[in-house]
Amino acid sequence: MPPELLRMIIAAVLVVAFVFLNAMILGYMERKVSAHIQRRPGLMEVGPHGVLQLIVDGLKLIGKQLVVPEGSNKFLFRLAPVLSFAPCVLPFVVLPFARKLQIVSMDISLIFILAMTSINVIAILVAGWASNNKYSLFGTFRSVAQAVSYEIPMLLSILSIILITSTFSLQGIIAAQKYYWFILIQPLAFIIYFISGLAETNRAPFDMPEAESELTAGFHTEYSGMGFSFFFLAEYANMFTVCSIATVLFLGGWKGIPLPLGDYTGIFWFMLKVYGLLFVMIWVRWTYPRVRFDQLMTFCWKYLIPFSLANLLITAVLVKLI
Amino acid sequence: MENLAENRTAYTDLEPATDIPNENHYYLNMGPQHPSTHGVLRVLLEMDGEYVVDPQPVLGYGHRMQEKMAEHKNWMAFMPNTGRMDYAAALPYNHGYVALFERLCGIEVPARAEYIRVITSELNRIVSHHLWIGAMLLDMGAFTPILYTFDDREQVLDILEDVTGSRLTYCYFRVGGVCKDIDDKFVEKTRAFIKRQRERFDIYNKLVTGNIIFIKRTEGVGVISPDMARRYGVTGPVLRGSGIAYDVRKNEPYSVYPNFDFEIPVGRNGDSYDRYMVRLLEIEQSLRIIEQALDQLPEGSFLGKAPKKMKMPTGDCSFSVEAARGELTYYLVSGGGDIPYRLKIRVPSYSNLSVLPELCQGMLLSDLVAAMGSMDLVIPEIDR
Repeated sequence: MPPELLRMIIAAVLVVAFVFLNAMILGYMERKVSAHIQRRPGLMEVGPHGVLQLIVDGLKLIGKQLVVPEGSNKFLFRLAPVLSFAPCVLPFVVLPFARKLQIVSMDISLIFILAMTSINVIAILVAGWASNNKYSLFGTFRSVAQAVSYEIPMLLSILSIILITSTFSLQGIIAAQKYYWFILIQPLAFIIYFISGLAETNRAPFDMPEAESELTAGFHTEYSGMGFSFFFLAEYANMFTVCSIATVLFLGGWKGIPLPLGDYTGIFWFMLKVYGLLFVMIWVRWTYPRVRFDQLMTFCWKYLIPFSLANLLITAVLVKLI
Repeated sequence: MENLAENRTAYTDLEPATDIPNENHYYLNMGPQHPSTHGVLRVLLEMDGEYVVDPQPVLGYGHRMQEKMAEHKNWMAFMPNTGRMDYAAALPYNHGYVALFERLCGIEVPARAEYIRVITSELNRIVSHHLWIGAMLLDMGAFTPILYTFDDREQVLDILEDVTGSRLTYCYFRVGGVCKDIDDKFVEKTRAFIKRQRERFDIYNKLVTGNIIFIKRTEGVGVISPDMARRYGVTGPVLRGSGIAYDVRKNEPYSVYPNFDFEIPVGRNGDSYDRYMVRLLEIEQSLRIIEQALDQLPEGSFLGKAPKKMKMPTGDCSFSVEAARGELTYYLVSGGGDIPYRLKIRVPSYSNLSVLPELCQGMLLSDLVAAMGSMDLVIPEIDR
């Protein structure tokens, strides 16, 4: 077996394993953080402080029957969870966990990630359409409109970083943050990116597509067992991707206080920053009510896009001058 | 009569394809098992995209024939049923029922018993408002407030459990008084709760009242004008939110309410935000009433003299109390004996729900959920 192929297989296994592990860590974090925000102990039963709860939950979900609703398009209904899961795994291939911890180094890794995360919306469209359920369809419409709108300010804020670094390579962007993190010179872009990221990953207060008090569960209303857990995994994988891009673009990626074996141990700083941002996401979710759908759109088109455009223009002018 | 029957089939035995007036509209069935109808209410929504064209509540999924039951048993045996209509605030239901018979049979109630009734009823009102704040925020997608209000709610439920023996469906009042006296421990714990609750308002305000998303979601949403409120017979905090200061405790005082100094909070715009504020301020007013009642609490008997087996005089009688959701009226027709001929229960949630079709026309689905949440509907009370 050629070593390159072996390396790819190991990498693929590691990536999928990490996606599952990440979902478990985040699931645990979400439940524990929300519990402490709400002043209750949260998970305590399975294992010390409930750390094994998510494993038990996973087993339960695997054991559950996948109910296919009557009148649904059976092929699409079964396809949607896979379609949602697969593109969420792919960005992990190009994420720079440390200087030398990157499975594939591409010049256009940023574009690759953005392309992959956008595919998720098609999976939601398929899931909502195939379910033959009005609530699912509602969630789908909202989700598509939301994802398409919020991609614009997100890309505009990313572009203002690209103007500074003139590279789409994630390692290149990290290398450009040699003396300072870009959050210092692009605070507005960071805020816009983070808000759009919340909307992109369908997190509260922008969790329109799955607003359970209105739409029961939105696009995954009809899914049970592993069908549901694939969407769940995809959501957490997406959250991780969005936060890693924020880390790479604005927070210096794997840079931090130098540790021994710096080429590999940078993963410590990378994870610390990513999970820090993820903590903020969870924090926001458990504090705010949900916005209304028209308010969500107004916010995007009337505030985020103009501000990100202005930011981009100012950046362009300054880059030209300097 | 025929017309009525036709109307009913129009939205219960629905043939979606045939009777939609506009081909761009479609029906969305919200409930009876929907997370934000808080019970088995079904609302049939005629929708145009995300906009609600015509919401029609469909009732009867939780109907237990409470009024019919009252016609078939000894009137005292019906007493526990009164606690099972409005499960969130059962004591005012107890209160109205026993007060009805006290008025009908002319039974004196000791002053201490009346004070105990007022204190426990007001505690129950606070509990109900706690539940409501949490549930409404839940409807709007905020999960955390309900756990904070439930924290406070637990404190009161513990206090009420000590004296009434139950936590939710009370059967505590008796004709002529209450079934168990309150003790020093109760007074002490209640005073501690009042102090605690006043400090907690700060948290509520930080978490909810001042929250920009909450304000944007509730201000100007679900506006009930005073005229509309009168037309539909809306009562309680929903009516007061529309700026009409009607409260049975003030307008038609019963029990020992005239002895206390308290205000009726009213709103200005009649929107969801005003209804929220009215309820929040009502908690404070209830605390004031409890505080004064504890200070004035007279000594003496807690259960007056009432015959064990009591015959009702013939005639009719009605009694209104201010339940947590508004005016609750019991109307009784007696043909003598100990079984009522007819007991009519006029519940506040029913008239509050009746405003929904007009209120929510042309609203977004999310607003309908928030507006319905702001009405504080308790479904077992509607389907009693």
